[in-house]
Parts: sequence; structure tokens; C-alpha cells
Amino acid sequence: MTVTVPAGFADVTASNDTLRRFLHGLPGVDQVGVEARAATLATRSIKTTAKAFALDLAIRMVDLTTLEGQDTPGKVRALCAKGRRPDAIDPSCPPVAAICIYGDLVPTAVEALAGSKIHIAAVAAAFPSGRASLDVKLADTKAAVAAGADEIDMVIDRGAFLAGRYLDVYEEIVATKQASGDAHLKVILETGELATYDNVRRASWLAMLAGGDFIKTSTGKVSPAATLPVTLVMLEAARDFRNQTGRQVGVKAAGGIRVAKDAVRYLVVVNEVAGDDWLSPDWFRFGASSLLNDLLMQRRKLATGHYAGPDYFTLD
Amino acid sequence: MPTFDYAPAPESRSIVDIQPSYGLFIGGEMVDPIDGTRFKTVNPATEEVLSEVVAAGPQDVDRAVDAARAAYDGAWSRLSGRDRGKYLYRLARLVQERSRELAVLESIDNGKPIRESRDVDVPLVAAHFFYYAGWADKLDYAGFGPGPQPLGVAAQVIPWNFPLLMLAWKIAPALACGNTLVLKPAETTPLTALAFADICRQADLPPGVVNIITGAGDTGRTLVEHPGVDKVAFTGSTEVGRQIARSVAGTRKKVTLELGGKAANVVFDDAPLDQAIEGIVNGIFFNQGHVCCAGSRLLVQESVADELLAGLKRRLTTLRLGDPLDKNTDIGAINSAEQLDKIRMLSEVGETEGAERWSPPCELPVRGFWFPPTVFTGVSQSHRIAREEIFGPVLSVLTFRTPSEAVEKANNTPYGLSAGVWTEKGSRILWMAQKLRAGVVWANTFNRFDPTSPFGGYKESGYGREGGRHGLGAYLDV
Repeated sequence: MTVTVPAGFADVTASNDTLRRFLHGLPGVDQVGVEARAATLATRSIKTTAKAFALDLAIRMVDLTTLEGQDTPGKVRALCAKGRRPDAIDPSCPPVAAICIYGDLVPTAVEALAGSKIHIAAVAAAFPSGRASLDVKLADTKAAVAAGADEIDMVIDRGAFLAGRYLDVYEEIVATKQASGDAHLKVILETGELATYDNVRRASWLAMLAGGDFIKTSTGKVSPAATLPVTLVMLEAARDFRNQTGRQVGVKAAGGIRVAKDAVRYLVVVNEVAGDDWLSPDWFRFGASSLLNDLLMQRRKLATGHYAGPDYFTLD
Repeated sequence: MPTFDYAPAPESRSIVDIQPSYGLFIGGEMVDPIDGTRFKTVNPATEEVLSEVVAAGPQDVDRAVDAARAAYDGAWSRLSGRDRGKYLYRLARLVQERSRELAVLESIDNGKPIRESRDVDVPLVAAHFFYYAGWADKLDYAGFGPGPQPLGVAAQVIPWNFPLLMLAWKIAPALACGNTLVLKPAETTPLTALAFADICRQADLPPGVVNIITGAGDTGRTLVEHPGVDKVAFTGSTEVGRQIARSVAGTRKKVTLELGGKAANVVFDDAPLDQAIEGIVNGIFFNQGHVCCAGSRLLVQESVADELLAGLKRRLTTLRLGDPLDKNTDIGAINSAEQLDKIRMLSEVGETEGAERWSPPCELPVRGFWFPPTVFTGVSQSHRIAREEIFGPVLSVLTFRTPSEAVEKANNTPYGLSAGVWTEKGSRILWMAQKLRAGVVWANTFNRFDPTSPFGGYKESGYGREGGRHGLGAYLDV
């Protein structure tokens, strides 16, 4: 699969200078303003039918994740079982969107998820630091795809980005996209290291121009990970990018979203900033692990009227 | 139907207890009128009658001013600043304790969304009392020399757009400085002021220090013109402000007037556009545009106008208009039939004059007073909708080419209450702030209020400042 630069943007990616000029020419983001907007949207009160819809949608959007040095095939199999049927006693509960793991464990997940529609996302490109040679990163990516991953979560080279070597970052994403073949490419910006909202907007555009299918906030290894205002800025970028190029790019908020209430707030932001078209697991995802059980607990509370204790939901 | 359809999330009304009829709060108790008549107050969102209140007559006004005078001559003016401060702190805490009740009541009587009364109005009311409570024992250090003295009895007349907040703006500094007062809330929004009367009683405020009389324009005129009054503070229309200025001319009364506005919200091509759009929305659609400092004129640099307007229109389609008590409502009801008529009339004039009218698709409730968020593009300085205060959710969009032209157009109005500047360039903000003839200039934000900041107008927007240290000067003999 080749990467095509969106019409009208060929000049932009011609050199580091033109790319820099373009990215720095994007409208700035006022920190106070964007945080106030996110805080206001967070006051939306989502009740009854709307809540039921939001909880189910959030479950369907979860990339159930384990990214630890201590991950084993057993752990991944348990996670896959959970992803297939999150609520052991309620078959009406939808499955999650994907399982997100390190590349070497992809074969285990392929086996455990056989027959389901759950995607397999592998982190790649020297996750989480992004510090390795391009060859190593591409080999990492190709190995994961060859093993059966149909989604690649790559990290960008934040060092290059912060040093102003935007073209290097761009070309690395282009190369990783090519190495990913038919697998969907999610580009992790690691917004906690980019520090400013202006940088978040620029990195979002950079990743979208380079052919990323999704832009993703964080690795989960850096604090702060996903925040509501950061995700809002990325959704604005995705919305503006589609307006200008006609291509829709998904957004994934990953890390730090642990409770259902927060997940619902993200969905409100998706709804009011990007709009209807992003309200689907194809276009918005949550990268999370503990979030799922809280979604399940709230879902059962809504259905039965009372809370079941944490022991009634499986720890995997 | 939208994919994600928010279910109704109404705030409960059960916390408020609206009585079928109210008297006047004079001398620390609710009393029946002497020569006043009664009229009904309605919920503008449903036209449901809420209660019956008094239109105080001349003898009622006499009685209220006498009560205030007696309280002033009695204990209040000799009370130490520290003790006055104690009462103010008590009022502030009671407002906080009863905040939910006050927010619901405000939304019912005024029509504003509960999100605003809950998150903006009532917290600012408490903040205002806390702020002036702190000044009460520090007046010697307020920059007016040693031992500044109060004026006496203040007559305060407030509008219907922020009923309780305007009450706080008036009452808190008056009491902090050692005055007593008679306050008249607007005829369409008396209920939170009457709830505040109960808070005064709860706080054990000495009788007569705060008197609250309801009524319409006649009551207000009688109060303002009363010879027993030492100070007049008015917030409302420029037309009434002029009458007041005439009626107090040549008397000893000290006056502050906070009147209309036609603020320019100036967006440069290097602005943070998404936040500027939020600022425009907040500038003109906050409180249905019933804001004297509303950013009712959008001045946008021509080079970025199309992009900005496209974004603004997209944003307006997400505004939620409806039940003010629903926690997800962004746009509530217009406060009265009379105001709705005025908004309709000026909007029709806008169309006749050739401006292009646009509103997002938006279903208006059948009962009650409603007007959709409206944007006029292609507006010129000479159009009436660019000059007259509409006081509703109607934005007039004009363009400019250079910073000097922006300043020229922004200042080319009889008003001068507020202005907004949107640019990422700090030096331009400072330059604009110096050039704009407006009491408040917001930079990369709009409609932000804080008790520590003085507020007031240039030109026909009035004179005197409320809020901050400056607000003390209006209630001291300095």
C-alpha cells in the first residue's frame, strides 16, 4: 500500500522548511480557552437512555490493553477472553474493539481471538520511547503485521519533533505506514511530552498528512497521558483535516481514563466537536485496561438499579 | 435524529418553595403594601404564573427609605468595619449554602439555563459578598485617605438579566462601606431578590439595613427621586439611565449608572480560531444575549472571515435550546414578551436593511418566549443592527482590513462598555487595549467576570465603576 499525499499538500511536504512553515501557520490554540471548553462539555449530564447508549458504545470502543514487561501468553489469552465477552453473565454486552499488546505476543492473540471480529493491535516502532534506528522500527512493524496484527500503534520520534526535524518525523510515519501494509496505522503523538496544545495540533496534522489512519494521544507510559482538552484539540484537527482533504482520520485517547464517567465525557466531546461521524469504534477508541470493568459495573447498575461489587466483575 | 441523543436531564424544582404571593421586605420583615398594587410574575419558558408580587406605591417607598434611614442613623453606620464584614461573610456563606435553591429559582424566574445560573451567576454572587466582606475593615487602606465615610441611604435599581448577581454587585459594596439601602429588582425577575430577603433575615442582619421593594418603572422612579436618598445606583437601559441622570441633577445624590452596550468582539487573522469561535458564542449567546457587555458586533479580519464564519455556523448547530432547567441546555428563554418583540423587530429591520440572516436548524418550544440563535452577515456600520443594542441572541458580523480600521469601527458607537480582542500577538493586545474606548477589554476571552475587577462604561454605557477597589468609591463620601 502506498501513501498518497492529499491533493494540494504536495508542496507542504516537499522539505523540512515548507513543512515547518505549514505546521506553524496552523491557527494557534489558546490554552485557557480550550481547557474552559473541555470543562464546560464535561458538565453535560448524560442520563438514562443516553447513558445506556454511551456505555455500550464506550465498551465497543475499548482497545483492551496490556503493555507490561511481565506480559505472558497466559495473560494475553485471559485478556482476549475478556475482550470477547466482557461481562461473563450478560451476553447482551458487546465485545471490545481490539486487544492491544506488544508485537511478540501477537501469535497468541491471533489464536485466542480466532473467529471473532476483535482487532489485534500491536505497538511498534520502538514503543514506548521511539528511540531506535528506522530499520529497527520498520522491522518491528513488519514482524507484528506478519504475525497477524491488523492494527499498528506506532510512536513518533518526539526528540525529532521537538528539535524541529518535522520532515524526519513525517518520513518515518510514511515508511511505517508502508511497512504496515493493510494494517491500520495509529500514530501515537505522546502528547504528554509535546507539552503544548500548539504542538499537539501540529503533530496531529503531521501524522494525518503522512497517512496515519488514527492519531492517538499517548503510550500510557508518560504522565499526563490522555486528557480531555488534548483529545479535543486532536478531534478538531481530525475534523479540519477531513474538511480540507476529504479523508477521515480516527482518534484514540489512551492512558489515564479509568472510570465510565470520564469515558462518557470523552464521547460528549467527540459528539460536539467532531460530530456524529466519529461516534463509532471505526473512528474513536479508548486505550485502556481498568476502564472496562467500570463501564461494565455502570452498565449493570443502569440495567438492574443497583451496584454489584467489584468481585462480580472479572479481573484478567 | 442524532446518533448520540442526550436524554432530558432536568434539575429538580422541588428545592424551591415559591409562595403564592409576596409582600415587601422593609425594616427586617415582610410587610403588606400600603398603597401598592399587585401583579403576577411568570416563568418565561412556559408562561406559567409563578407568584404575585407588589408594585410598591409612593407610601411604600417612603416607608422603605425611612426604614433604611433609621437603620443608618441607628446602629449600622457606627458599627465597626470588622462587624460589618462579619455580616457580609455570613451572607456569602448563606448564598453558598442555598446555592442550588437560588440557581433553580433564578432559572425559573429569568429563563436562563441552569448550567449558567449554577456555574456562573450564583458562584459569582457568593464571590462578590466574600470579596467586599474582606474590604469592610480595610477601608482606611483603599486609597481614599483615612476614615472614609459612608454616604447614607442608597437607592438601587437593578435589571432582569442577572437578577441575583446584579443584587450582589449593588448590595455587597454598599454594606461594606457602611451604607443602608433600598433595592428594587426588575419587575419580571423579583423572586431571587425576595429569597435574598429571607437570607438577610437568616443572617440576623439588623432590621432596615437592607430593604427590598418590588415593582416596575414607576416604583423605581419614585425611589430614585426620593429626597431621603443619598446615593443612586442603576443598572439598566440607557434610556432610563438618562431620565435618572436628569432627575438627580442638582441634588446632593451621588450616581453610578451602568447602561447599555454594543460591544465589538475583534478577531484578527492570527487568532486561535477555535477558541475565538467559543468566545464569540460565549460573547453573544451567553444568557441569550441578555448581557449589557455582550459581544454583539463581531469584527473579523476579512482574510479569515470565511473560515471563521464556517466554523461559527458549524458550532452553532451544536447549541441546545430548550428547558432552562435541563442541565444540558445552552440557550434558555427570552425573559419577557416585551423583550422578544424588540428582538424580533430589530431582526426584521436587519433583514430589511439587506443583511443576511442565518439561524441553525432549531425547534422552538410552543409556549413561552423563545428566539433562535441568529447571525447576520454582510452588516455595515450604518445598519441599525450594528448600532442599536438588541439585547438578545443576535450577532452582527462586520469585517475589517487593518488593525486601525478595527479600532475605528469598534469605537464608532455611542456605547463603550466592553470589547474583545482575539490574537496570538501580545503586543497587539496591549495596543488595542489602549486604543479601545471601552470599560472592559477582554483578551482571548469574553464575558469573564471577577469581583476584584472594576466594571463600567464609557460614553452612553454609563459612569462609575462597580467591582474591585474602584467599586468602593461609589459608596463612600470621597
